Formats: sequence, C-alpha cells, structure tokens
Amino acid sequence: MSTKTAAFKPPSRKLFKRNEIWGWLFAGPAIIGFLGFTLGPMIASIYLSMTDSSLGFDGNWIGMAHYARIFTAEPFIWISVRVTLTFVAIAVPMHIITAFFIAVLLNTEGLKGLKYWRTIAYVPSIVPGVASMFLWRWIMNPRGLLNAALESVGIPGQNWFFDEFWVLPAIAFMGIWGIGGNMVIYLAGLQGVPRSYYDAIEVDGGGIFSKFRYCTLPMMTPVIFFTIIMGIIGGLQTFIPALLVTEGGPNNASLFYGWHIYRTAFINFNMSYAAALSWIMFLVILAITAIVFATSKHWVYYEGGESK
Amino acid sequence: MTMSRTTARRVKLTICYTLVAILSFLFFVPFFWMVRSALMDTAQLFRYPIQIFPNPIVWENIPNALQSQPFALFFRNTFILVIANVAGVVITSSMAGYAFSRLAWRGKKLLFYALLSTMMIPGFITLIPTFLIWTNLGAHNTWIPLIVPSWLGGTAFSVFLSRQFFLTIPRELDEAALIDGASQWKIFWVILMPLLRPVLAVLAIFTFMGTWNDLINPLIYLTDQRLFTLSLALARFRGPFATQWDFLMAASAIVTLPMVVVFFVFQRYFIEGITLTGIKA
Repeated sequence: MSTKTAAFKPPSRKLFKRNEIWGWLFAGPAIIGFLGFTLGPMIASIYLSMTDSSLGFDGNWIGMAHYARIFTAEPFIWISVRVTLTFVAIAVPMHIITAFFIAVLLNTEGLKGLKYWRTIAYVPSIVPGVASMFLWRWIMNPRGLLNAALESVGIPGQNWFFDEFWVLPAIAFMGIWGIGGNMVIYLAGLQGVPRSYYDAIEVDGGGIFSKFRYCTLPMMTPVIFFTIIMGIIGGLQTFIPALLVTEGGPNNASLFYGWHIYRTAFINFNMSYAAALSWIMFLVILAITAIVFATSKHWVYYEGGESK
Repeated sequence: MTMSRTTARRVKLTICYTLVAILSFLFFVPFFWMVRSALMDTAQLFRYPIQIFPNPIVWENIPNALQSQPFALFFRNTFILVIANVAGVVITSSMAGYAFSRLAWRGKKLLFYALLSTMMIPGFITLIPTFLIWTNLGAHNTWIPLIVPSWLGGTAFSVFLSRQFFLTIPRELDEAALIDGASQWKIFWVILMPLLRPVLAVLAIFTFMGTWNDLINPLIYLTDQRLFTLSLALARFRGPFATQWDFLMAASAIVTLPMVVVFFVFQRYFIEGITLTGIKA
C-alpha cells in the first residue's frame, strides 16, 4: 500500500533552515496530548496495575500480584478469552467475506445505478452504535422480525441473545449491517486494479472465475490484510454489545474480555486490577497481530516485490 | 460466438441485478423497521403473528418520546461538544501535520514514530488512568475530559492523516512564500490551509461521527443528567423504560436522523475519508 503514498521528499536544505522553535510550536499541542493522554497514562497504567488501589493512585505496592492472580486465580479469565477469540474467529471472516462479496458485486461493469446501490450498502454503517444495538436487539428478539422472517420460510427461530450457542454468532451477525466502511475500502482497491490485467486474462481465454482467482484476489490481498488486522484489533476489544445487549450473558456466553475489564473498572471499581487485565489484552493483541503479520508473506501479494 | 457472448453478459448482469436488489432490500429493512416500530403502540408491536405496517400510525410516539426525557437539552449538549471537538481536531492536528511534514526540528522523527506506534494500544490501557487523573483534577462530571484531548492534537490517526496530506502538496508554494519573507505561521494559515480543505473536511466528519457516537467517555465521566449527550441518554433510556420499545425506537430514530442528514450533505467526504484510511495506512 505504501506504493500509493506520495514519496517523501527531504526538505531542500538551503531554503529550509532548521525550524526548531516553529516545529515544537506547531507540534506542541499534539506533543502535550501525546504525553498527557497516551504516554503518561500508559506509564501510570503500569504503575497502577502493580498497586492494590480501587479508585486512585494511592494504593499499596503489590508488584506482580495482580498478574499472578490473572493467570492462577481469576475465574473469568479463560471464559472471557475463549469468548473473545471465538467471537473474533466468527465475526472477522463473516464481515470481511460479506464486505468483499458486496464490493465485488458493486464493482460489476455495466451495472446501472452503482452509485445508489453503494450508498444503500454504506449508510447503515453511520448509524450511531447505541441506536443500532437497540434496533438489532429489537429485530432479533424471540418474537421479532428475524424469527418471523425465518419461520415464514420454514426455518425455526432462535432465542438469539438469550441462547448460549447463538449469542456470539448473533452479535457478529448484527455487525454485518455496519460493514460499509470495509466495503468502501475494497471498492477503492478494486478500482485500482489495472484493466489491462483483465484483458490479458481474457486474451488467454480465462473467464470470470480465472479473473477473480488470478487477478482480483491477489491484487486485493494487501487491502484484505489491512482490514483483517483492523478487524482483529477492533474485535478483541469488543464490549459495547455486552454493555447494551447481553451484559455478558447468558451464563457468561458473551463475557467479552473488554466487558470484563469495563465492569471490573467502572462497575466494581477495581481500577488497579482492571489496569493489569488491560495490559494482558495488549499482549494478546500484539501476539495475534504478530502471527497474522508472519503469515502475510505467504499470501499477501505486493506489486513490485516485497512489502516496503 | 459474439451472440453467445452477449447472452452470457446478459445472464451475468441479470444475476448481479437480482443479488443487488436482494442485498439492498436486506440493508434497507432495518431502517424501515426502526421507523415502523417508532410509529406503533405497544399492542401493535407485540401482535403475533407480526404486523408489518403500523395501523393506525401512532404519530404521538415521536413527541411523547421526545418529551419523556429532555432530548432538546441532550441535542444541544451533543452539538456543543461536536463543535468544540471538530474545531480542536481540525486546528491542532493540521498544525501537527505541518510540523511533522514540512518543518525540520530535533525529535521530529522520534516523536512521530512514537505517536504512530501507540495507535495499536487498546483504549482500556489509557482510559483507566486518564479517568483517575481527570477525577483527581476535579474534572469528573464536566465536559473537560470530553473536549481537551481534541485540542491537543486529536488522535494519532488524525495527526497521521493530515501529515500524509501535507506530503502531497508541492513544496514550491511555501518555498516561494518563504523567499517573499512570509513567516511559518503565515505559510501554514494563509497559503496551505485553503489547500488542505479536503483533509480538513475528512477530519471534521470523522470527529463529528466520533463525538456523536461516543458512548464510553460520556458514560464514565458524566453523572449529571443535564450534561448528557444523545448517545448516553439513549443508552440510559432502557433503564426506566425497559419494555417501551415504541419510545426506544422513536428515540433511536431521532438520534440516527441527524447523522444520516449529515451523511447525505457531505457524502463525498465520507467516502474520501475511508478511502484515505485504507490507502494511506
């Protein structure tokens, strides 16, 4: 993707003397923000996680005790890790495949009214999260629209959010309504595939399938890779559906790790322990992202050689 | 040969139109359902088998839902926060973008990469200590924690986005101005700002969406109902009205509508913004 970024030209030294003061002045607010709202809190969070405070920085130093507890004596840790990983494994492929399929469909040559179709597919993703959560809770209630529609074609309805098996697929499913952002990213990528590549395949006698398999798909792997990474990072932090729809239930079947952190910090007011939990989340995100990155050289195709 | 080709093309297009029509219908139905449910009374809502269209249409739901809580006040609050945050992000992150792209100063590279590398940090890591710091400073239950960060560069992403955009503007412009003796501030404010309009629009829209939809920050900082935002008020709606789905849907529609209007007015920038995100990242 770096190929699309404008090349960085080093400043011509003669004209641009060093601008120490101006540089710090212009970047000043952002630097203060970075120190005050990112770096500072990060350090504070490490410290906090090693104290026993409930609601402040005045706790006693307890070293790694919280971390030890997470791995040995925390009843919810494995449940919430399993729930979160299962959810990511369901939601990320579901959203990416759907978004990709719709983008390819809405990039079909000769299809009229593309602009309007694209708008219809995109608009749901701007619906405020709270409104969309309530709407889906309503649509997917046991006697709601979804079950009525399913039953009308002979498929039995489910207790979506109140069923241990269905709750995670149900939460992933309602997320499909908001895939517009990914769709737009894919559309931009699809429009960047040179026509001549398709023509070459056509000359060689290839059909729609070969075009898709040997041109569209490989050319799109960098964009797909980007959306997978973003999807995983976002998915691992999921907690709003638990906050607004399931409260972690039924029977902890939607006990997202993010929800566990949230309720530990802001409902049970055990801030220091929640800080330790959030660092474990960071390590998990880091590890999973690293694994996906490591696989990328086997399947992500960068035009013009290796990724830069 | 040509004949079969045209036929194949026609078949392909017919399949595509059918799929597009089905998908569009599926994506549209939830909107319809929101409005339809907002215009029904409880008896209609829970009729079984399901009643698709409201009959009679219960228009009173809209004013009743609006009056059940001080929505005008929540709307005003959200609006003030949106204006304050958009102004802050647009000004301070474009300033930072200028410093990180155009100016040469010690620490620039280090700070830029430090800023970028924190984009992957989960929000919870900073959220908890930031909450404690603001509370210690006495800013709990005020809008200060919801506004100040926007005036300090916004997010790492907004700084990154404006820096990337600065890199695409030809340097000759500011070089000429510099020769004419313009100050850095003048170059930034008078010469480059107008050229920056597309990315400023994108930043403004992202910040608008972020503020309008934000739930977690208002939720943890605001306890006084008079300070609530629309999203927070909506999230709290279910407390006393757990089963009032007619009101809940009416309120959801009210919170959604301004977003949809803004989208249709600034459609171009929405799409541009997301495309930029995908390509520049």
